Amino acid sequence: MNRTRPISGELLRLKEEILSYALDYGLDFFDVRFEVCDYDTINILAAQGGFPTRYPHWRFGMEYDQLSKNYAYGLSKIYEMVINTKPCYAYLLNVNNIVDQKLVMAHVYGHADFFKNNYWFHHTNKNMMDVMANHGTKIRRYMEKHGQDKVEAFIDSVLSLENLLDPNVLFEKQVVDEQSDEDESDINDEDDRSQALKSFMDSKLFKKGRKKNNKKDPEDKLGHGSSKLPTRDIMRFMMDYAPLEEWESDIVGILREEAYYFLPQRLTKIMNEGWASYWHSKIMTQKALKSSEVIDFADQHAGVMAMSRKQINPYKIGIELFRDIEYRWDTGRFGKEYQDCRDMVEKHRWDKNLGLGKEKIFEIRKSHNDITFIDQYFTQDFCERQNLFTYRYNPRTGRNEINSLEFAKIKEKLLAQLTNFGSPVIEIETSNYGNRGEILLKHVHQGVDLDMGMGADTMKNIFALWKRPVNLSTFYDGNETVYVFDGKEIKTR
Amino acid sequence: MGHPIKRDHARFRKVVKGKVRDNLRKYVSSGEMPVPKGDGSYRIPMPHIETPRFKFGERQQGGLGQGEGKPGDPVDEKEGQPGEGEAGEGEGKKDLDVELTLEELASILGEELELPNIEPKGKQTIQTTVDRYNSIGMVGPDSLKHFKRSYREALKRTVTMGNYDPENPIIVPTRPDFRYRSFSSKVEYENSAVVIYMMDVSGSMGDEQKEIVRTESFWINLWLKSQYKSIDIRYIIHDATAKEVDEKTFFRTRESGGTLISSALKLCRDIIKEDYDPNEWNIYPFHFSDGDNWSTDDTKLCLDILDRDIIPDSNVFCYGQVESRYGSGQFYKDLFNKYGEVSDAVILSKIKNKSAILDSIRDFLGKGK
Repeated sequence: MNRTRPISGELLRLKEEILSYALDYGLDFFDVRFEVCDYDTINILAAQGGFPTRYPHWRFGMEYDQLSKNYAYGLSKIYEMVINTKPCYAYLLNVNNIVDQKLVMAHVYGHADFFKNNYWFHHTNKNMMDVMANHGTKIRRYMEKHGQDKVEAFIDSVLSLENLLDPNVLFEKQVVDEQSDEDESDINDEDDRSQALKSFMDSKLFKKGRKKNNKKDPEDKLGHGSSKLPTRDIMRFMMDYAPLEEWESDIVGILREEAYYFLPQRLTKIMNEGWASYWHSKIMTQKALKSSEVIDFADQHAGVMAMSRKQINPYKIGIELFRDIEYRWDTGRFGKEYQDCRDMVEKHRWDKNLGLGKEKIFEIRKSHNDITFIDQYFTQDFCERQNLFTYRYNPRTGRNEINSLEFAKIKEKLLAQLTNFGSPVIEIETSNYGNRGEILLKHVHQGVDLDMGMGADTMKNIFALWKRPVNLSTFYDGNETVYVFDGKEIKTR
Repeated sequence: MGHPIKRDHARFRKVVKGKVRDNLRKYVSSGEMPVPKGDGSYRIPMPHIETPRFKFGERQQGGLGQGEGKPGDPVDEKEGQPGEGEAGEGEGKKDLDVELTLEELASILGEELELPNIEPKGKQTIQTTVDRYNSIGMVGPDSLKHFKRSYREALKRTVTMGNYDPENPIIVPTRPDFRYRSFSSKVEYENSAVVIYMMDVSGSMGDEQKEIVRTESFWINLWLKSQYKSIDIRYIIHDATAKEVDEKTFFRTRESGGTLISSALKLCRDIIKEDYDPNEWNIYPFHFSDGDNWSTDDTKLCLDILDRDIIPDSNVFCYGQVESRYGSGQFYKDLFNKYGEVSDAVILSKIKNKSAILDSIRDFLGKGK
């Protein structure tokens, strides 16, 4: 049953056209395969993170439920979907009109270029399509063997850890891969199929190695764990050291691999969307757009760039920042000389005709993530042009109110939101707290308290894996507090 | 169809309904029914299960926004400004606020509950066509001109022809630019139905019980209205005596005293006899009570009236028993012994609490009578 089909006819001609523009501009990407499908299919794909096959779980059904409802009531629809694989797959909605399809294609080439070139994506597995399918097969088998409810409940507990990741692992991962490459380099390079096979075997091989140094002796286990602490890669720690059955630790490994696969996209939301929008805008307005299509394009583009008073639009901030940087490096409005210039008239007219803009933005898309991007290029000038503000909940009026229009505050808030991809920084401090084999999690407090309702339930789920009491040290209302879940109830120590 | 995600979807629906994985139910964010907001729009619940994770407390967190304003101005978005475009894939998916016609609402209800369409009785199933303005056409009368669409076409044409001057953006629409609202026709069947609600308002029926009856009857009305072109609704309240009242009184009154269910059934019978010929009308008597009848003699009388008059005349007789602290629930048992839980002519349903309303509606209307 084919739900998607490769583009043909008119769309294929358009694709060739857009492709040649993208290449002319110097974009560099793996082959992009466009397919068309109906809205139901695109909802399915989107619900599954872009992939046609995932493991069975209600949360994909939930996503699908919500996307379908949103579409049915005409509140939102997905125009496009692109996934980071090699070749890169992109899906077009069959009811889009021609202008939209062109826009989407141009946008997709932007993403594809970003996936290939941005450092944070370097170690993402480009065969994820197969890997996801294999994960699905494995988990289905576990379900057949141990029962759906049991396996699903276990997955639910593990999903509680899904945001407890260490971004640095994205770079370490290479080491792990290389090691296993050495072991089996002979089967490795042959063809695509063996790649898929490898991913299937990967976790088993991996586990064998782990089994060896993971003896039953609990003291030894604790000892091993301790040498790796503190760690923010909590999923890894659980996989290696929690008293889990084989299928259980395999599932932790599977979910961890998927979580790290998606992590770079969470780390580069502003850049990635900004870059793709920059290119769809450039390709459309300079090359691909027919004059009869201008209005439809403008309408569509404006929709994508819409601002909100409650959250910033990454598309908007991203595209504006890239344009600003291009302009600054074209005119030479950077560096000490420009900074130190006190003559406002001269500053306003400043143009050194450097023409470095394009080179600069290509370099930035390679080496930055959202945090460093904002930290370095989000200037006061830029901030003022964007009409940004910070807001805060006012308990007296019971509503959110604008708090500040100051550059420093705005930038600080923006960076804080991006820190650790928007999740609290939590690490395992020790796995032998109080010499009782208990886990101590430390919340590195950066000004905002945790939602302890959710936090308590998360601790319960960690307990389900660790099977010994789970402690959490954090600040609550300014006081250092240690919570503990001992298997029965949450208490403060 | 047939994609594995449909299984995930079915699984999710089951979790939401508490049929599997009961421990997850506490994370389910909202119920299943659209809630009227009073301004013509409805809140469509999107049941959402949030996996517990370490996350920041919301209030202390604050955020960043874009737009005009000075410190102290509120930032909460005004209603009716849904985020447009691709953006806003943000977390915390909230319910949808949607403007719905009652018709659309009914079809949601039908879909959620998998209700079958009712097969109307009565001989004269007259077809009528109903026109709905839901599309755009190139021709039409001036009164139906769609201004925005026409303007857009004119703007497009001006830009295409190279006549657009940003300094002096005058757009002159010409004949071919105009767009008009146009209709599509839909066939409807002309059938009449009457719903007769009877409610026990004796001392044992508290506010909570009445709230249940009210909510349930709202949805029942909605569904029946979507099935019939015209519908009459009559209300009867009773304790030891019965009287016909208007809608307001039906839901507001708090009477007290004993309970003679037969009094209501008698009145119901009389109303049917007087106003509704069973050959032409689809008749739906609904009776809600906590099941505490005064005496077994009266119960006998009730069964008698039901058997001889009400049941033969009705499409289906529905009895909903609301659980109350004081009621014995005996009447349900009496009816059950006689008719069984679901027979052709009688449907019985127990409504334990608010969240059981849906199941009860499904009981009543699920047979397509």
